[in-house]
Amino acid sequence: MPMIEIRDVSKWYGSFQVLKDCTTNVEKGEVIVVCGPSGSGKSTLIKTVNALEPFQKGNIVVDGIVVNDPKTDLPKLRARVGMVFQHFELFPHLSVTENLTLAQIKVLNRTPDEARVRGLKYLDRVGLMEQKDKYPGQLSGGQQQRVAIARALSMDPICMLFDEPTSALDPEMINEVLDVMVLLAKEGMTMMVVTHEMGFARKVAHRVIFMDEGQIVEDATKDDFFGKPRSERAQQFLAKILHH
Amino acid sequence: MGGFDFDVIERSVGYLFREGMTFTLTLTGMAALGGIVFGTLLAMMRLSSFRVLAIVATGYVNLMRSIPLLLVIFWFYFLVPYIGAWMTGSSQPIQVGAFASSVITFTMFEAAYYSEIMRAGIQSIPRGQVSAGYALGLDYWQTMGRIVLPQAFRNMIPILLTQTIILFQDTSLVYVLSITDFLGAASKIAQRDGRLVEMYLFAALVYFVISFSLSVVVKRLQQKIAIVR
Repeated sequence: MPMIEIRDVSKWYGSFQVLKDCTTNVEKGEVIVVCGPSGSGKSTLIKTVNALEPFQKGNIVVDGIVVNDPKTDLPKLRARVGMVFQHFELFPHLSVTENLTLAQIKVLNRTPDEARVRGLKYLDRVGLMEQKDKYPGQLSGGQQQRVAIARALSMDPICMLFDEPTSALDPEMINEVLDVMVLLAKEGMTMMVVTHEMGFARKVAHRVIFMDEGQIVEDATKDDFFGKPRSERAQQFLAKILHH
Repeated sequence: MGGFDFDVIERSVGYLFREGMTFTLTLTGMAALGGIVFGTLLAMMRLSSFRVLAIVATGYVNLMRSIPLLLVIFWFYFLVPYIGAWMTGSSQPIQVGAFASSVITFTMFEAAYYSEIMRAGIQSIPRGQVSAGYALGLDYWQTMGRIVLPQAFRNMIPILLTQTIILFQDTSLVYVLSITDFLGAASKIAQRDGRLVEMYLFAALVYFVISFSLSVVVKRLQQKIAIVR
């Protein structure tokens, strides 16, 4: 059984269709990179996986749980699916430690001490132990994103979703975040990553999905995708972002 | 200035503050607290995706903002006993008392204004903060209570306080219910001793000093509390 199963998912904003019959699977331990031009629906697609974006047609099953079933306990499901956002979305009124522990305490009912130990373990993993008492506004963008990754990991997720995790960062901070993600991928975390970082895709992705105009145009293994993409649109896209 | 007798102030100042100002501040405090709590709920209703809740809250706010406060004070004073009777099934109008009636009136009325402030505050928090809360498994109330409202409230403290200064002045309207608030107390002394000019001048001065000092504090605060993002 795949960890994430996306079947025939369509979504409309009014009469405008943003997702067109998207179908793909993410197996346990697999790293999938989703790329495509802006406005192609890739962020929308990844947000349907934890039901941050509702959709009108199709099915999504995460670890055997049907996301779009009205009876599904969404908070419970979301607590098991880690998500990292383009703009970090740390809570600016809480310290780094409080950011790490809030959901552990409120959602997983861990004691504050347990949550602290767990949170700081992951903070140490992303190399930011000395920032534990600071506030998000005192950190650089790259540091904030690493804290956001640690925050998601401290919930012990079964898989991680990354929505353009490096596209709001200054160039010199991109690598510190990618390094953490590469580490995570090598540890066997199931990951679905929306990104334009083709270096990252080359290094750790198992499959690459190329989207355009709400459709999954290409869903290929990494070698196939970079070697000989079948669709013309994927070839054009690759040519545009790889030529320098 | 020969015809004026400012000694009346010295003679009555204890009574004015002990009786009058205590009432004024109690009413202001209770109505501000109640108004902010109720106003925040109204704001959440207006921003809710449940259409019915949004329509009810919007209707309420528009109604309150379109009627003069003085009329609302009258209406509540005369209506609340009957509503109370209807709710408890009593055949007699329930005696509510001028104090309870004025607290309810100001809470309900100010809630409409506080709700507009809190609505702007909630909307000033990026959508992504809500998404991040949900993505971590927090539910609506946890996301609101732990993430959105603390930030919204903090952003809006200066404007909430400014509205409370207006409320502080508006409470003087309860004199129409013959309540001894600060202005009511001053008015009583003024009429008893025939010293209208002196007492009303003094009352104005007191309102001015309190309101103006508070607004200076608010300005200072404004520069201090902006959240670092």
